[in-house]
Amino acid sequence: MLAERRAAATHTDSALREPAWLRWTLIALVVLAMLGLIVLPLAVVMVEALAQGFLGYLKAIGDAETLAAIKLTLLVAAIAVPLNALFGIAAAWSITKYEFWGKRVLLALIDLPFAVSPVVAGLVFVLLFGAHGWFGPWLAERDVQVIFATPGIVLATVFITFPFVARELIPLMQAQGRDEEEAAVSLGANGWTLFWRVTLPNIRWALLYGVLLCNARAMGEFGAVSVVSGHIRGLTNTLPLQVEILHNEFNFAAAFAVASLLTLLALLTLVLKLWLEARHGDALGARAHRH
Amino acid sequence: MELLLQDLHKQFGAFSALRDIHLKVRSGELIALLGPSGSGKTTLLRAIAGLLPVDSGQIFFGARNATGLSLRERRVGFVFQHYALFKHLDVFENVAFGLRSKPRRERPSADEITQRVNRLLSRVQLSELGRRMPDQLSGGQRQRVALARAMAIDPTVLLLDEPFGALDAKVRVELRRWLRQIHDDTGYTTLFVTHDQEEAMELADRVVVLNQGRIEQVGTPDEVYRRPQSSFVFDFIGRGTQIAGHAANGSFRAHGQEHSIALPSGAGFEGTGLLSVRPHDLRLVESGRGLAGKVRQMRTLAGRTTLDIELAANALMVEVDIEGDDAKHMPERGAQVAIAPIAARFYQLPAP
Repeated sequence: MLAERRAAATHTDSALREPAWLRWTLIALVVLAMLGLIVLPLAVVMVEALAQGFLGYLKAIGDAETLAAIKLTLLVAAIAVPLNALFGIAAAWSITKYEFWGKRVLLALIDLPFAVSPVVAGLVFVLLFGAHGWFGPWLAERDVQVIFATPGIVLATVFITFPFVARELIPLMQAQGRDEEEAAVSLGANGWTLFWRVTLPNIRWALLYGVLLCNARAMGEFGAVSVVSGHIRGLTNTLPLQVEILHNEFNFAAAFAVASLLTLLALLTLVLKLWLEARHGDALGARAHRH
Repeated sequence: MELLLQDLHKQFGAFSALRDIHLKVRSGELIALLGPSGSGKTTLLRAIAGLLPVDSGQIFFGARNATGLSLRERRVGFVFQHYALFKHLDVFENVAFGLRSKPRRERPSADEITQRVNRLLSRVQLSELGRRMPDQLSGGQRQRVALARAMAIDPTVLLLDEPFGALDAKVRVELRRWLRQIHDDTGYTTLFVTHDQEEAMELADRVVVLNQGRIEQVGTPDEVYRRPQSSFVFDFIGRGTQIAGHAANGSFRAHGQEHSIALPSGAGFEGTGLLSVRPHDLRLVESGRGLAGKVRQMRTLAGRTTLDIELAANALMVEVDIEGDDAKHMPERGAQVAIAPIAARFYQLPAP
């Protein structure tokens, strides 16, 4: 199938051939832009992070506040990512298996977090749960703090990363249709068996792909989290916020050291993503593949 | 198991997918649901399976009213048009799926499952391929896995949706004979959907002809071919020509033709309608005693010559089969001829 796609691509090439100078100019422009805008900054992060030697690097990362930020970031991702995996599966399941009124609206709403500025998302939660927000007084009476605390950060992160899993699964499940599931039920499978033995195996790679992107964003989210966090050192600072604080204090080496962690996460995500696409591209479905 | 359908109706918006469906299937029968696309045959099959709820009517499996039962409770063996094999399970596990999905107290032991699956695999001649994945199989092999999987749950009825639709012609014919064999060995009451009349005629005990959501006729292949009860069935099953005209007193006058021709004796056709004739029931006759026409094409195959004759009256193209391939006894292309039926059917048209 890959070969076919390549053959088709080559075919298009020959049909829509621009003059050589134009092709090479365009390619050179793209390569230059990539080098200047993406590769160079990445390299700078790594170089600056190690500017004070490897020991300095370890010391910057071993700082108590930074360790707290790492812990908080991992905690938030550990809550937000599984939640959104569940939401994503549930949303994809209901949208592809059932017919109901308002389905299109729901489909559009799933994309809303992509369209809204993260700052606005953060503000919404402040308005809802902040001290002067709608539910603020009610929560305060019960001694529950959402804003400027971990729950707020989790909420903001869940909101921002909501679409990732659902967006991967919906087109795949639409393309797969219902035949296999109907077959399973006709053979006597109950809902549980159906999900674990038929549905999940069919979507597992796309699910992993969605989870991967969701996780990368959950750990890297700045805007929305910045609004609800309150920047309390060692308490409500996530990694991206910690980078900003260190940077604002002209502690560049430490800032870049912490930033390098996020960069490594990004690179790891990229590698896994490429591996998934190469190894299980057929099962990802975004490229609309069916036997 | 006996199957009884009473007065089934199904509506999709303004479109009537099923209307007044009555059908009784005897235990162990092999039934073809035959019709053009959009005739409701797949809808009917899915309604019997419980994949699609009907708007009204009753479905009985034996003495049990199955109308309100879910797909799962009906326990039908359904073979999907594109097989719907579980892609991530090997052939063995595909066939074992139904047994493993049973509630714990009904589930056979692991040994018994292995035995039963192996028996089924050998029945469908796939014993060697148990560890293959579905995408490593040919279309015909997939079809057989799907059938074995459906039979594994000891189904109440076997339902096959276009079982040979996705296969090439040669495999199709082989599988057809083989399916008949399996059916005779296992004795499951079986219904299959097809739009291919040859498939229906060769394979089925009885054929159910559907058109626009209604059953037009139910009968053995021979009955349906020899005594089609409607002009639709005549046209859909086998080759033939339908000529509009008026019949009275043992003669027939085609619209646009001046003189009448004699009808086969004892036909007793009356009124305005379609005179429907198979190619082998037409004969060349003296001019003036039949429908006038001109030979447009002729083909000879296996001792039989087929003439395409264009009628003078209405430019209708009529096929006539003549035994023999001796060119000396045949009219030439372009010759003026006359034809008359030795047997025919007549379907009255509703009065305008």
